[in-house]
Amino acid sequence: MINLFEVVETNEMITKENLDVRTITLGISLLDCIDSDLARLKDKIHHKIFEAAKNLVQTGEEISREFGIPIVNKRISVTPVALIGGAACHSAEDFASIAQTLDQTAKEVGVNFIGGYSALVSKGMTEADELLIRSIPLALSSTERVCSSVNLGSTRTGINMDAVKLMGEIVKQTAEYTKEEDSLGCAKLVVFCNAPDDNPFMAGAFHGVTEPDKVINVGVSGPGVVKNALSKVRGENFEVLCETIKKTAFKVTRVGQLVAQEASARLGVPFGIVDLSLAPTPAIGDSVADILCEIGLEYAGAPGSTAALALLNDQVKKGGVMASSYVGGLSGAFIPVSEDQGMIDAVSAGALSLEKLEAMTCVCSVGLDMIAIPGDTKETTISGIIADEMAIGMVNQKTTAVRIIPVIGKGVGETVEFGGLLGYAPIMPVNSFSCDAFVNRGGRIPAPIHSFKN
Amino acid sequence: MNKTIITVVGRDTVGIIAKVCTYLAENRINILDISQTIVQGYFNMMMIVDTVGMEKHFGEMAQELHELGNEIGVDIKCQKEEIFDKMHRI
Repeated sequence: MINLFEVVETNEMITKENLDVRTITLGISLLDCIDSDLARLKDKIHHKIFEAAKNLVQTGEEISREFGIPIVNKRISVTPVALIGGAACHSAEDFASIAQTLDQTAKEVGVNFIGGYSALVSKGMTEADELLIRSIPLALSSTERVCSSVNLGSTRTGINMDAVKLMGEIVKQTAEYTKEEDSLGCAKLVVFCNAPDDNPFMAGAFHGVTEPDKVINVGVSGPGVVKNALSKVRGENFEVLCETIKKTAFKVTRVGQLVAQEASARLGVPFGIVDLSLAPTPAIGDSVADILCEIGLEYAGAPGSTAALALLNDQVKKGGVMASSYVGGLSGAFIPVSEDQGMIDAVSAGALSLEKLEAMTCVCSVGLDMIAIPGDTKETTISGIIADEMAIGMVNQKTTAVRIIPVIGKGVGETVEFGGLLGYAPIMPVNSFSCDAFVNRGGRIPAPIHSFKN
Repeated sequence: MNKTIITVVGRDTVGIIAKVCTYLAENRINILDISQTIVQGYFNMMMIVDTVGMEKHFGEMAQELHELGNEIGVDIKCQKEEIFDKMHRI
């Protein structure tokens, strides 16, 4: 039987170390909503999402109350809208009106984000894909809760450099369209290489076409729990360090598995995956950078950071995999800047540069995340940053992403405040040497040699 | 059997167990196990209870016990057993 010390340990994780379930994300296929009439399409989308998700928030709150574990976000992901709207949308405005329907429905069912305003263009763009991408600035500036993502490359297909070039322009335009709110639109826009179909985390969540009609995916978190566990093994060798991370990740992920199974049973929706991630928030003690410091670095970004992050990421996966029957999504340690107080401190102290962050993304779970850069950064430079990150993903057969925010009207030395879970960030300098001729070549980068595994 | 873990944490004072047990008895909640310790002057108690005979909803019980805790000056939490079981047992 459970003993007092185990109960106290669990509850201290929750109350003192910010253990939480970061999100229950309900994936909903919109493939059966496709219609050539735009009004009818939007009606069907609204109806399908509303009926599927009307009890989501309430169910999440019930589970939270009964187990005493905070479930921070309840969210929805849908089939990439470029696939759904192709037959009905003839302009960027048509597509943006679907985003407004998604936003409205999200508000009605009470979820804080809805993901899937997306296009998958790793090899080429259809007319609908391109229209959707061109509508992103309008869609994100005219909605509150819609998140957008674009998959630009994969290990199997290579990198679509035409789309990389276009996304550099779209990121900048989205920043312009939302400049009154410190270019907040870009915080809801992410580009991927090797995007997973079952990621529950925003802004990149969408419901892949290989998924069932509806599915429950759960994202767990708990950087504070790992940090606290490591504070008890200071000075011990790497074996002890790694074992401690693994055991802690196991415990954290088990909570996610429990919540996923409960949510699945209560909503009558199949359980998809648990995404075993260390996702930080701006709250003190809820930081991945603090774990790196606990491992032995003065600041995140100091020499040794990539190695420390690599072992952290690997041990989190090793511990988590056994704790859940199905693992998926992004799974690993996130290293966003604005959402992590330790990362913000590292940037402010001059310990962490964009280049070091790029190196760290080779071994973290995703990529360059929530990084504020000067508003006058050129579109081609943004495309160059994206291309670098996509290449890391393509060659290493991993998911990489870029969520970068050129803050219009602000420059290096200034700070931008996004609020809530998105936090605040010092604006980081960007290498200003040109990559125009590279980005403007057009076409695509072929798939790497190790993609040919047949 | 419908097991719930009730934890009581706070400054030690007279009658904590009595008051909690009275509430449980009034609501036909059966106590299966009690353990208690004092850590750094703080009263830490855990009860494993069976709520199968209870007529109230879980949320209602949790809320009432929370309010009772406020009256005594301790923090009372109710959680279904599975969260601890999942975390600490393979």
